[in-house]
Amino acid sequence: MMDDFLFRAVLGGVLLAVVCGPFGAFIVWRRMAFFGDMLAHTALLGVALGLLIGVDVRIGMIATCLAAALILAFGQRQSRIGNDTVLGMLAHSTLALGMVALAFVQGVAIDLMAYLFGDILAVNAADIWLLGVGGAFALGILTWMWRPLLALTVSPEIAAAESIPVERLRLIFMLLMALVIGMAIKIVGVLLITALLIVPAASARFFARTPEQMAIGAGMFGAAAVLAGIALSWHVDTPAGPSIVISAAAIFILSAGFAPVMRKFVS
Amino acid sequence: MTAPLIEGRDLVLSFGNERVLDQVSLAIHPGEIITLIGPNGAGKSTLVKTLLGLQKPDHGEVVRKRGLTIGYVPQKLAIDQVLPMTVKRFLTLTRSASRAECEGVLGQVGAGHVIDAQMSQLSGGETQRVMLARTLLLRPNLLVLDEPTQGVDVSGQAELYRLIEDIRRDLGCAVLMISHDLHLVMAKTDQVVCFNRHVCCHGQPETVRQHPEYRSLFGVREADAIGIYHHEHDHEHDLSGHVVGGCGHDHSHDHSHDHHHHAHDHGTTVKEGAGTHQ
Repeated sequence: MMDDFLFRAVLGGVLLAVVCGPFGAFIVWRRMAFFGDMLAHTALLGVALGLLIGVDVRIGMIATCLAAALILAFGQRQSRIGNDTVLGMLAHSTLALGMVALAFVQGVAIDLMAYLFGDILAVNAADIWLLGVGGAFALGILTWMWRPLLALTVSPEIAAAESIPVERLRLIFMLLMALVIGMAIKIVGVLLITALLIVPAASARFFARTPEQMAIGAGMFGAAAVLAGIALSWHVDTPAGPSIVISAAAIFILSAGFAPVMRKFVS
Repeated sequence: MTAPLIEGRDLVLSFGNERVLDQVSLAIHPGEIITLIGPNGAGKSTLVKTLLGLQKPDHGEVVRKRGLTIGYVPQKLAIDQVLPMTVKRFLTLTRSASRAECEGVLGQVGAGHVIDAQMSQLSGGETQRVMLARTLLLRPNLLVLDEPTQGVDVSGQAELYRLIEDIRRDLGCAVLMISHDLHLVMAKTDQVVCFNRHVCCHGQPETVRQHPEYRSLFGVREADAIGIYHHEHDHEHDLSGHVVGGCGHDHSHDHSHDHHHHAHDHGTTVKEGAGTHQ
């Protein structure tokens, strides 16, 4: 008989991995890994603000991630300061601001480790609902704008010449990323979320011939990593978030080794 | 004359202190092939990007005909290896199409065998053909090509221009292209725009070739060499029955005086400056 909290952990983790797959593929294609990191860093400020103002910390995290994505989108419109510098400044200033703000929160014991590394075994019903509804929303919008977003990833010039609203799609994609990362922090934490986005996508690259195959493959590899990580945590009593990331890394190494063999076999 | 598909009016653009477009006006009408030629750094790509709306001009405006469909082949396309992409999938980048449709357009450009290949494995010439094929699926009114023969060997270049001409004939679309292949272009285009930050001269190839600004831009030797090439092409086209450029003077007469070509009055008028040949 499966324990309730274990069932919730598995359900929440798999839901998240499936949502992260296609988003992770885009992060890999668009070389935005640092962007994911930055957004996650700002989430801590959201936790602090949530506690200070007295709103749900999940809402606080998602709200600050969205705000950071918007600030970044405007920061990228100028060219005197490079995008990576804008990202770095935003990430670490907001992280510092979050830490300072947390010091003002009185009377609440905050498990900082839970935010840094996630606490998938503490996932509750409200988290599942948020993941389900928010994830479906994010995936729905992504599917709707899939073709033009991919076109602008391949060539912004072709996309713009053929009347695709390049700037608007970029902004929507960044906001969706912020939403996904804001939802994911409870599961894998601020420090590990980028791994859940990029490692399964990188693994899927070895087997994919089209962008769509890579996106779906990333979701499947991510789900497998979640299951393996929770199993590891359950049997060997390791921390769950890091175990998921280690499993994802192991899947990547296996894929890298297995793909050449498979290619030889096919051809 | 029918309304232009796309028209740039008095376009001005500077990058820093450098003026890249200086009062440029250019109109592209349905069905015509316009070729932009000019030295490196003349701002040809910038002009094309401004017309396409990829670059905002400081002054001036671009007027598009309503419902205009543009097929754009950029100067180069580097699809990163991190993005898996078959040729079939690339063809459907901005518009869906069946496998049969994809096979059809690939066959048209002579690249039918690559449909399942990865884009990153294609040669330069194959990439150009596939990019052309993709625009065919859009059924454009205007095809825009930025140096379509980049990375293509000499024999492939002539074939590619032939292909572009065929596409124009089949689709009835207008073509705007940038090219360095002077001698090939001169034979395959209706209008040549000689461009160096402003429109130096503009007209049918026959006219432009004798324009002093053109000759100073490309050097007399180069310009004459093209003249000879052009004659060979004229001859070829006389045989097959159509005259490139439709410039209306007597080509057979021209041909008999091959070597003194430039000394002759062709009965065509050259307007100085940015005028259009009438």
